[in-house]
Amino acid sequence: MSLFSLFFLILGLAAIGWITARMRAMRMRPAAPAPRPHSLPGYHGWYVALWLAIPALAFLVLWSILMPGLVEQWVLASPAAQALPAADIQRTAILSEAHALADGSLSAAFNEEARALVPAFQEANSFYGTIGIVATLLLAFAGGGFAFLRVRPDFRARNRVEKLVMWVLLLASLIAILTTVGIVASLLFETIVFFDRISITEFLFGTHWNPQSATAGGDEGSFGAIPLFWGTILIGAIIAMIVAIPLGLMSAVYLTQYARPRVRSIMKPVLEILAGVPTVVYGYFAALTVAPAVRDFAVNILGVSSASSESAIAAGVVMGVMIIPFVSSMADDSLAAVPGAMRDGSLAMGATSSETIKRVLIPAALPGIVGGVLLAVSRAIGETMIVVMAAGLAANLTANPFESVTTVTVQIVQLLTGDQEFNSSKTLAAFALGLVLFIVTLLLNIIALSVVKRFREAYE
Amino acid sequence: MNDEIAAPATDRIAIPPETLKMTARDVDVFYGAKQAIEKVSIDIGMDHVTAFIGPSGCGKSTFLRTLNRMNDTIPIARVTGQIELDGENIYDASMDVVQLRARVGMVFQKPNPFPKSIFENVAYGPRIHGLSTSKAELEEIVEKSLVRAGLWDEVKDRLTESGTALSGGQQQRLCIARAIAVDPEVILMDEPCSALDPIATAKIEELIHELRGRYAIVIVTHNMQQAARVSQRTAFFHLGTLVEYGETSDLFTNPQKERTKDYITGRYG
Repeated sequence: MSLFSLFFLILGLAAIGWITARMRAMRMRPAAPAPRPHSLPGYHGWYVALWLAIPALAFLVLWSILMPGLVEQWVLASPAAQALPAADIQRTAILSEAHALADGSLSAAFNEEARALVPAFQEANSFYGTIGIVATLLLAFAGGGFAFLRVRPDFRARNRVEKLVMWVLLLASLIAILTTVGIVASLLFETIVFFDRISITEFLFGTHWNPQSATAGGDEGSFGAIPLFWGTILIGAIIAMIVAIPLGLMSAVYLTQYARPRVRSIMKPVLEILAGVPTVVYGYFAALTVAPAVRDFAVNILGVSSASSESAIAAGVVMGVMIIPFVSSMADDSLAAVPGAMRDGSLAMGATSSETIKRVLIPAALPGIVGGVLLAVSRAIGETMIVVMAAGLAANLTANPFESVTTVTVQIVQLLTGDQEFNSSKTLAAFALGLVLFIVTLLLNIIALSVVKRFREAYE
Repeated sequence: MNDEIAAPATDRIAIPPETLKMTARDVDVFYGAKQAIEKVSIDIGMDHVTAFIGPSGCGKSTFLRTLNRMNDTIPIARVTGQIELDGENIYDASMDVVQLRARVGMVFQKPNPFPKSIFENVAYGPRIHGLSTSKAELEEIVEKSLVRAGLWDEVKDRLTESGTALSGGQQQRLCIARAIAVDPEVILMDEPCSALDPIATAKIEELIHELRGRYAIVIVTHNMQQAARVSQRTAFFHLGTLVEYGETSDLFTNPQKERTKDYITGRYG
């Protein structure tokens, strides 16, 4: 029996436990004058099912982690293993070949030694497999039986089950947090290795970026990330925001203050659809439509001969359009959170709608709006697809928006796509860039959320 | 009691034409299909404080808001009939609502200072209406308004602090100062003390006394004692209609209509 079918067997047993415990609890209901049982029959059912399934499944998981090691020890201890070569790499290769032969995923042996190990493998597998199955089933019956015997009218099954539900929920939330911690830790670890080879000041303040020319030994002088930071800021924080802030804010003002409910009920969802368009589609749009148009415009009308078909402005403008819904919906929320009494107070003074918006509503909503903009910036600088497709690869340090610049995210993609050795400076540089990006967006988010929170408190 | 509702003359007083400030004739207000005000006719005089009393939901606040067209901000509200300010129909197409509201100011139930400094709160109106040509002039208007609102001594050393940091009663007097600053002719007060403690309430009532004569004041209140204390004329509203309107002392001691009597003796409301 495979571990997989054992898993379903346990689930089946748990279902049976649920039904029988529930029936037992129902039958135990005393006649009318006696106090009512503490918990509903369903809770007794869950109590038994969980006691039956959780210890058994936990053991099953543990066993499936431990078993390969135990099997290998068994095999190495067998007489046939004495003939194995001492070199580590060959040993491992033969062992894994024997393992594959034993469970039938390989039909012909390459090494003769491997064939000799097959019986030992099969023996060990069936021995430990049987132990696993028996122990799992024993645990299931023991847990289920223990819980089943506790089914009594006065047993507080509900409280136990509710408590367990809480632990399950806690575990679920911890998984997301632990994953984040794990990601940060791995970024940090690789980054430390990188900074062993390239100095941190060189990386943060150097102006020359050309990792493709770096040799395996770590070439100082090719990892100055300033052009990338500048490109990221130019596209994500300057050009995109020049587009997104006024348009987002004005659309929020229109939707909250001027639009009739019917118009609002149509326009707001449409605007939010814009946020749901996959960024790769924006990327196409930027690379195939906007970028050539921008270049033609710059060359023919403005006479900028250095204009590139992968310009910062094309990527930035499209990214700005992508960000509009974020700015707009945050600004919309903030404006809507300003008490109606403010608006009435201003209108009652004889202020017009636009004066009220400009002088009262926007100042009152400003913290929320600023928070929204910071969140939008943090999203824009982490955005990848648009810039990969439209912004280019050349690490130019230029303020001319018609020239090609590159961003942190584009370079991470460049450094990590294709076949890479994971210990070269080139690859490690991607982790350092990722860490910088992570820290910057994290800071932006923290600042933005605290600003927004303080604003919310002011009006509640 | 139906004859009472149909009675054309709810007025028990005649306001001399020279002090007449606002007149309303056959005013109906609808919220969508629901009628909130039915055929209200009333005259408001310059040198008196007029109180609107009545049980909750009787339409007194709704009617007050028609007097400076604040109902315009509610999309489903519709007003018919005629309301005149100094003989001009305020619902006429030629009437600019911005100018109307500068002439007919309003103070709300809950103090609603802007989240700006005390000075900026009061300077708001003069700025948007272009009432001052220099900073000194603006400062003068702000000081005069705060003095009239009885707040100057309390805030003169902290004009740059936020208006929202003041106490509730101070905030409400700030809102009155803000309304005064544009030099209106009429001030509408919609239950201005309902969110305040008794001491702050007493200060506002005192202030209303002092402002009387300079501005026509209309105050909505659900507190009959307050109406008796601050007003010279009282209008009793019930179920969207104006039941009775007369001299305050007269109306409270000698109500002519059964419903007024029931209300002021506390039988309902």
